[in-house]
Amino acid sequence: MSTVHVDGISYQMNAEENVLHGCLSAGLNLPYFCWHPALGSVGACRQCAVKQFKDEQDQHGKIVMACMTPAVEGTRIAIQDPEAVAFRAAIIEGLMLNHPHDCPVCDEGGECHLQDMTVMTGHDYRRYEFDKRTFRNQHLGPFVNHEMNRCIQCYRCVRYYRDYAGGRDLDAFASRNTVFFGRHADGVLENEFSGNLVEICPTGVFTDKTLKRHYTRKWDQQFAPSICVHCGLGCNTDVGEHSGTVRRIVNRYNHEVNGYFLCDRGRFGYEFVNSDHRIREPLLKGKAISAETASRQLRDTLASGKPIGIGSPRASLESNFALRTLVGPDRFYSGMADSAAKLAALAIDILRRGPLRSPTLREVEECDAVFVLGEDVTNVAPRMALALRQSVRRQPIEMAKEFKIPLWMDHGLRDAIQDQKGPLYIATPYATRLDEIATATFHAAPDDLARLGFAVANALDPQAPSRGDFPLAGEIARALKNAKKPLVISGQSCNSEAIIQAAANVAMAVGAMLSFTAPECNSVGAMLMGANPLTAAFQAVKDGDADTLIILENDLYRRAPRADVDALLSAAAHVILLDHLVNGISGKAELVLPSGTFAESDGTFISSEGRAQRFFQACVPSGAIQESWRWLGRGSWKSLDEVLAAMATALPQLAPACDAAPSAQFRIAGAKVPRSPHRASGRTAVLADINVSEPKPPDDPDSPLSFSMEGAPTHPPGSLIPFVWAPGWNSIQATNSYQKEIGGPLRGGDSGVRMVEPTPFHDRSYFSEIPAAFEPREGEWLLVSIYYIFGSDELSLSAPGVAELAATAHVAVNAGDLTEGEEVEVRCAGGTFRLPVRIRPDLPRGVAGLSAGLAPLAGLGLPEWGTIVSLT
Amino acid sequence: MTSVTNKPLTKNMPQDGSAVDLRAYEQAGGYQAVRTVLLGGMTSKTVTDAVKDANLRGRGGAGFPTAKKWSFVPLGKDAPNPTYLICNADEMEPGTFKDRLLLERDPHQLIEGMIISGFAIEADVAYIFLRGEYVQAAERLSRAIVEAYDAHYLGKNILGSDYSLELYLHLSGGRYMCGEETGLLNALEGKRANPRSKPPFPPVVGLFGKPTVVNNVETLCCVPHIINHGGEWFRALGRTDDAGTKLFGVSGKVKRPGLWELPMGTTIREILEEHAGGMRDGVTFRALLPGGASTDFVTEEHLDTPMDFTAMTKIGSRMGTGTMIVLDDQTCPVGMTWNLMHFFAQESCGWCTPCWSGLGWVERILQSMEAGRGQPGDLDKLASQAGMWGPGATFCALAPGAAEPLQSAMKYFPEDFERHIREQRCPWR
Repeated sequence: MSTVHVDGISYQMNAEENVLHGCLSAGLNLPYFCWHPALGSVGACRQCAVKQFKDEQDQHGKIVMACMTPAVEGTRIAIQDPEAVAFRAAIIEGLMLNHPHDCPVCDEGGECHLQDMTVMTGHDYRRYEFDKRTFRNQHLGPFVNHEMNRCIQCYRCVRYYRDYAGGRDLDAFASRNTVFFGRHADGVLENEFSGNLVEICPTGVFTDKTLKRHYTRKWDQQFAPSICVHCGLGCNTDVGEHSGTVRRIVNRYNHEVNGYFLCDRGRFGYEFVNSDHRIREPLLKGKAISAETASRQLRDTLASGKPIGIGSPRASLESNFALRTLVGPDRFYSGMADSAAKLAALAIDILRRGPLRSPTLREVEECDAVFVLGEDVTNVAPRMALALRQSVRRQPIEMAKEFKIPLWMDHGLRDAIQDQKGPLYIATPYATRLDEIATATFHAAPDDLARLGFAVANALDPQAPSRGDFPLAGEIARALKNAKKPLVISGQSCNSEAIIQAAANVAMAVGAMLSFTAPECNSVGAMLMGANPLTAAFQAVKDGDADTLIILENDLYRRAPRADVDALLSAAAHVILLDHLVNGISGKAELVLPSGTFAESDGTFISSEGRAQRFFQACVPSGAIQESWRWLGRGSWKSLDEVLAAMATALPQLAPACDAAPSAQFRIAGAKVPRSPHRASGRTAVLADINVSEPKPPDDPDSPLSFSMEGAPTHPPGSLIPFVWAPGWNSIQATNSYQKEIGGPLRGGDSGVRMVEPTPFHDRSYFSEIPAAFEPREGEWLLVSIYYIFGSDELSLSAPGVAELAATAHVAVNAGDLTEGEEVEVRCAGGTFRLPVRIRPDLPRGVAGLSAGLAPLAGLGLPEWGTIVSLT
Repeated sequence: MTSVTNKPLTKNMPQDGSAVDLRAYEQAGGYQAVRTVLLGGMTSKTVTDAVKDANLRGRGGAGFPTAKKWSFVPLGKDAPNPTYLICNADEMEPGTFKDRLLLERDPHQLIEGMIISGFAIEADVAYIFLRGEYVQAAERLSRAIVEAYDAHYLGKNILGSDYSLELYLHLSGGRYMCGEETGLLNALEGKRANPRSKPPFPPVVGLFGKPTVVNNVETLCCVPHIINHGGEWFRALGRTDDAGTKLFGVSGKVKRPGLWELPMGTTIREILEEHAGGMRDGVTFRALLPGGASTDFVTEEHLDTPMDFTAMTKIGSRMGTGTMIVLDDQTCPVGMTWNLMHFFAQESCGWCTPCWSGLGWVERILQSMEAGRGQPGDLDKLASQAGMWGPGATFCALAPGAAEPLQSAMKYFPEDFERHIREQRCPWR
């Protein structure tokens, strides 16, 4: 820390940071544009100008940029100095010369950093009398809208998109006051993290195109803190709602998890909530019935039959627990395929064993050597891929320290580092997006990937068993060994126990952190709860031990081969489904209960890191939709807290998850946390000519959040931040004021409770079941899953934007006799599929890929051997 | 034996406008300095010391001591490599054509200077970053580089010594910003020619992140002569404390516009009246920009000032590139300023707000004044914008360079600016 004097007052600032960072951390208002806590300083906009004085005697001082001035001991600056005030006002005037007067029709209006900063500097009159420069806007795809006339040339977009996220198709073109930020031609933004442009852009150049389709101002939206449901990472989000429809997803800062950024699936996948395929009313044999009739039907069916329950890795702990309680632990079955459940259990067991903990995403960014074994990170756990793009910078940054370049001096650092990258080794069945930043890659069949892993562990510790010789193993081992913070990433994508065990051996051998991706938002939670295997449920129905099936938020056609599910559904006398969207089961179920999505319910998920996090209702659901746990609880619990209390008693291992967020009784100064920002429009005056009294806001027995703009005016705990706002800061930049230090932990604590920690006395014995080397077969292919960020996730596929970009089902092969685009018949796992061929030279010989999660290929349980027959 | 001359830079240039070829250059004593350095037992340090002793200051306009710039480069076995030497031949300063002469007429002089300078900083690779429009210079340099490689002045183990240097000619895509030291580095790396943050400075983190020295053409051309004749001789060439000769040029309505190699510290009047022949008949001198577009106007009262780095700063201007643009009474000073601001606005890279926004605005105001649409508040707007272009307020020196002619024009010709507004026309049209 250092003492920095600002306008004559002493502040303690982080000496490793710059003065702008220090001033904002101290809660001082100093306007800025080009600087961003995740992107560092480049000194482009000149908006954060302050006066710097050499010493106490210096009366004149000189104008410096706070973002480019180190906050070293004894620094003396003045924000209020008249010359500095005038300079900042002149900069805003310069930025506003060409900025259109279109705030009323701009989607950014009301949460625009440029508006905030303009007000902060006091600029209110345009002296510029000439024509404004104009641009042609581009079509950038279904997610991001482009309106270049609003641009203030701060360069944040290209710095984020190119330098931070590794994108290539967005750039700055031309020069002077006509710099154009866009693509070389119209087209969908290629980068999987393009949606962050919406929050990176300080004004309305890049805005959320999905919000535009059902636009509502920030101040007219009602927000709730939430957790992303589209992969297992548990990124924190805020859900914006108006009149019962979800309008958008905004990033909710969590220092340990997603920081400032989300992936596009997480940001734009939400539209499934508004889908026409939503189940909104209870259905009895396809006919809509009332909620009361449905409850009665549920009770009667359960009373008369022999029910069993099938849970879900995408349903909350609470809903799974409610089903488990309803049918009894013995009759509660896992919603995951047996193999997936087994792998998830193995992963948790390994993480519990240690030695090192599973890293948070922030810790992933800090790792300086990474070995990815079997995971297509960008398509399976997207936000982690963005973290890995930062971890490859660790070692070069270390080297750059000798030049004494402060780490916040972004361009100086990048000039020094150039394109150097730290070690990242990727071993996967096929080429992945991250290969472009990898030190070396290895594409092979799953068994060979596992063998490579075992060989790396062996190279690190001769005690670790190995079979076979891999030249790359020694190199990977050296890179991990020489690293300060090595990391191994693996998971279930190859459906291989040996891969997970090999990853564990490597981590044990070198003392690396170990991160297992999880396929769904509550895979880890469902595992920690425990359940009988899914096939046992199939068996129970087949054997007649059960005749009534209650299926919780689960399309079983994605868990098991079609024929098996068909058999199960026809064998059961009664099928009851609770879910959000029409799917293969809903058409066949006798009773369908409309269950609330993340936006309409409260609950807890446990992420792949092992972090229990709570999501809250953004809207009071329309029709009969309610939380699955409410349907299943049948009135025995009045609130979420009662479910949690019951769960803590029944399942003590899950008790800490209750603390993922404060209980519904939590109050700040006696008040709940408001879901709505203060209005700046007439939203509550629409009916004022008839009646000025406002309707009573709905009660919320489940959370300390109110459906109102009235409530505690202060900073809530991290798990309860519905939206960010601070006086003078209406945009997402208000996040600054919620942090202890800019870019650091939240004042109220980052949300989540870690549920999976290594035990102190770990067992160091290595896994030793090493598979034999992969042998291609004549006339047969080993079919593996190929994952897609847009397409492989069940729910987001019902969001129109995601659907537009989604892959279509196909079979990928490495050349041979087949040609691109030709129709073939693929036979595997008891099914026959007609699919187009895509040639992928990166696939190993004898291995073919099937698109994961895409109809009709979901539920196959790959890898499997199969045949491919040309139809031409 | 090299003849000692008072015009070392231009002495070998043929009268017919052609370039000195390798044979003629060697016959005139060329590459002797390379032999002295590489085969005569000189070291990196002794070469740098010789240049330091000669008090050579950068001829690109800023006058930074050359040996001092070199001294920041890490040397020795543990130094990062490769180290780069770059010749800044992107001569785009308006009114400036001095490097062009050296490039077109005596390319081997530059190559020899680069070999010696490269040796001093232990450079492995050298680039000549040439203004794209200098087509003839490109042709002649290309030929000279081939000749130098063939004669083993370039490449591996030059003349059998331990020193190796690869030299490449790079033609600029054509932006004023490419001539800014760090904008040049970005351009050479294939990036936008935006300036870089300093620190880190190029001698530590330069081209491709490696130690790099960027020197102007004229600076590098001085180096062989310093090696041949010593620092004392070089210092004695200058009339004032600044050493050496300097290429001075004059453009505008003078009798003999041109370029001359003269002692550093020659007065403005001498250059203007003796060498350029004074003003054309019928036109009267009003002011001049002493060293390219980005220097302050000087007027009649300053004409006896010696052109050197120090004296010109004392009168509130700069020597800059030493190539003057003369303003006469038949030319509108507002129109001239508009022309200059148009150039700077167009060449702004678009990085920092005071520059890209302010210059565009200033350009439009001057344009409207010239078109007879000036407004009463215009002068305040011009002054306030120029006030935003101080060093430190902007990211690089482009806008501060633009501030110099604008502010000085408003200082010396206030009545002309006011008349444009008052009369709603340009009095010169």
